[in-house]
Amino acid sequence: MEFIFTLLGATLRISTPILYGALGEMVVERAGILNLGIEGTMLLSAFGGFVAAQLSGSIYLGLATAIAIGILLSLLMGFLSITLGLNQHVCGLGITLLASGLALFLFRIIYGGESIPPALEESFPQLRLFSGTILEPVFSQYVFTYAAFLFVPLLAWLLYRTSFGLRLRSVGENPEAADTAGISVFRTRYVALIIGGALMGIGGAFLSLAQLGAFTHGIINGRGWVAIAIVIFGNWKPWRVLAGALLFGGLQALQLRLQAEGVQLPYEILLMLPYVLTIVAIAITGRNASYPAALLKPYRREG
Amino acid sequence: MNLVEMRGITKRFGALAANDNVDFVVRPGEIHALLGENGAGKSTLMKILYGLYQPDEGSIVIDGSDEPLRSPADAIARGIGFVSQHFSLVPTFTVAENVLLGYEGRFRLDPAEMNARVAQLAAANGFSIDPAAIVGKLSVGQQQRVEILKALYRDCRVLILDEPTAVLTPRDTQALFEILRKLREQDLAVIIITHKLDEAIENTQRVTVLRLGKVVGSQDTSSTTSAELARLMVGRQTVPVQREAATGSTQRVVLDVNGLSVADKRGVQALRSVTFQVHAGEVVGIAGVAGNGQSELVSILTGMLQPQSGGVSVDGKPVILGDPRACTQHKIGRIPEDRLRGVIGDLSVADNLMMEQLDQFTRVGHLQPAAIAEHAQRLIEDFQIKASPGDPVRTLSGGNIQKVILARTLSQDPAVVIAAQPTRGVDIGATEYVHQKLTEQKARGAAILLVSEDLDEILLLSDRILVIYNGQLVGEFASDAVDLDRLSMLMTGAEKTG
Ligand SMILES: Nc1ncnc2c1ncn2[C@@H]1O[C@H](COP(=O)(O)OP(=O)(O)OP(=O)(O)O)[C@@H](O)[C@H]1O
Ligand SMILES: [Mg+2]
Repeated sequence: MEFIFTLLGATLRISTPILYGALGEMVVERAGILNLGIEGTMLLSAFGGFVAAQLSGSIYLGLATAIAIGILLSLLMGFLSITLGLNQHVCGLGITLLASGLALFLFRIIYGGESIPPALEESFPQLRLFSGTILEPVFSQYVFTYAAFLFVPLLAWLLYRTSFGLRLRSVGENPEAADTAGISVFRTRYVALIIGGALMGIGGAFLSLAQLGAFTHGIINGRGWVAIAIVIFGNWKPWRVLAGALLFGGLQALQLRLQAEGVQLPYEILLMLPYVLTIVAIAITGRNASYPAALLKPYRREG
Repeated sequence: MNLVEMRGITKRFGALAANDNVDFVVRPGEIHALLGENGAGKSTLMKILYGLYQPDEGSIVIDGSDEPLRSPADAIARGIGFVSQHFSLVPTFTVAENVLLGYEGRFRLDPAEMNARVAQLAAANGFSIDPAAIVGKLSVGQQQRVEILKALYRDCRVLILDEPTAVLTPRDTQALFEILRKLREQDLAVIIITHKLDEAIENTQRVTVLRLGKVVGSQDTSSTTSAELARLMVGRQTVPVQREAATGSTQRVVLDVNGLSVADKRGVQALRSVTFQVHAGEVVGIAGVAGNGQSELVSILTGMLQPQSGGVSVDGKPVILGDPRACTQHKIGRIPEDRLRGVIGDLSVADNLMMEQLDQFTRVGHLQPAAIAEHAQRLIEDFQIKASPGDPVRTLSGGNIQKVILARTLSQDPAVVIAAQPTRGVDIGATEYVHQKLTEQKARGAAILLVSEDLDEILLLSDRILVIYNGQLVGEFASDAVDLDRLSMLMTGAEKTG
């Protein structure tokens, strides 16, 4: 029993950054933009947030900086893909390369060649609910994790129960229809990118300001790419994206646990497990995926 | 008092003047037909009125005010509603969501309340439609009603419909005009673009005719005839083709279709054991209301669909089904229902023209530009295509795209021609041309299968008419012994026997 609760706790923790990334990506894709800049955006946010927190001594300023960086990189994505109408794959990958390069470069300038990664003196604390009960291992989490779960219904409400959400979805499905209905396709897409960028920024900040309280170059380690896969698995729906993030987090937690238990399998195979099973899950569910119809298509009014 | 006054409108696309000093006036309480051949500039004029295009010259006065229309939002605010040839609906949204999109009125949405609002609007205008239905699952006629509701919800005073009847069944067309008459009684103005002259004569109060971007006539409908309108549109007298006497039955069988059955995507039986023959030099028309298995039949015969059972042979040789390449081998020429799927829009006219004979225009894998250009030039002349070889096909008007397809198909001397809706959305000049070309093929000895929802076209060209209903052939008429009453009954399933 306790084993299960510990596993659940680990699942929630591991899912958190992926859930932020996937929710952010989902909002952006719903408006018709594939943001492949997510991996780099999360990395530079994690880095910037860490530096700001370390220099100012305020983790809250660090969080704000991470969000700001997420938004700025998304605005760059917007300028390239919306305003200039360039190919979204190229722009997104370019932003990931740019942001990763910047993180590496600035790290060198600020921390030189230190071999021990710098760490924060004070990072976000855990918020323990139900302490002393059997549920304690499940609910010993950072505020970020609780907040991530609140974002799911919040985004579901925003997408499906508000005029803003209706317009955002219309822009991702049929921008011509949105345009002729007097909706600004450009502005709506930019707003979606800003929301998405902020969420990606929080996802990065969670890793450097809470879970690790430190920064290393491998801190994101493909979580952005996993988030994109989970958006497909989740069929662009908030609750199913949550399920996808939990599935991946759960497999990852299990894999770590099996390694710790010393299971007689090469650890590489265990490391591979969550990714392989995610691919299998997407191969099964992804066949009925209903992509936003205007995904990847820049919008230009004719004439 | 005029509701809309467009004066001296000129719109150029490069060197081409799509609208040239056009005056166009609409009064409240009238249905106004805007006529003209493909490429005459009708859609362009209406897109200007809806703020989608900016005119290079001219002024637009709506209800006494001449503020410029910079975007559709401006036009909507001034009471203009537009239902374009290609609907601008979001297929994954409900009817209510589509109608309210952009004009929700508040930030928080309540689906029940939205549905009620749209249901009420529909009822007030005599529509019956389910506001909670997903638009992508509705029929074309119903989707069109959603577009009209959208415009009405935005308080439009002028409703523009671009070729609304091109894709409608006769019954839906009637229902549409009933709705339009109601709107007219409420003093709205309706502008309708159509290629069907009889429809314009019967249902409108005024007509304006465009030719090559210029207005060539604007008058009360009651003072004109469809013959006069046709002459205005084309600039010459029009003569429908005369069908050559049937030579069919004495000739050999070319296309032999035997027991085709297939189910559609939802598992519903779309074709039930369809069997028929087409002889050399014969036109066989398939008459029927849309959606009774015609698309599936055409898809099978053109290699795009694999039937569950049955076979097809050409000149006695069995055709491998489900493989489009077999069509080229057996010289089956295709004129597809949706012409935009028959061409590759971004490729040039020349490339589209040689696409099916790639082998002849390549040498060890290399394209032969000189031969391709020469081939294109010849066909452009032979088929009077208004374009140059290098133009991307998507920039051509509908009628000219159809000519490109005809040229590609017919220049290969096909043994069989499968013509599906060959004149849908095509003006009378081009329609005549298509008919003439099909008649030439027949004289040459090709076996022609004509599938059309336009009964007049079927009656005009066919030597033999087969009626399809619910996936079954339910009747056969020789061209000289058609009983129209019985034909309509068979088409609508009112009479079952064949
Ligand atoms: N966006 C555009 N760019 C370049 N040329 C255009 C554009 N839109 C229309 N044209 C050209 O302007 C002319 C008028 O086109 P328009 O669509 O108004 O014709 P139409 O009368 O509506 O024809 P149809 O009956 O085929 O719909 C055509 O020659 C067309 O090729
Ligand atoms: Mg048009």
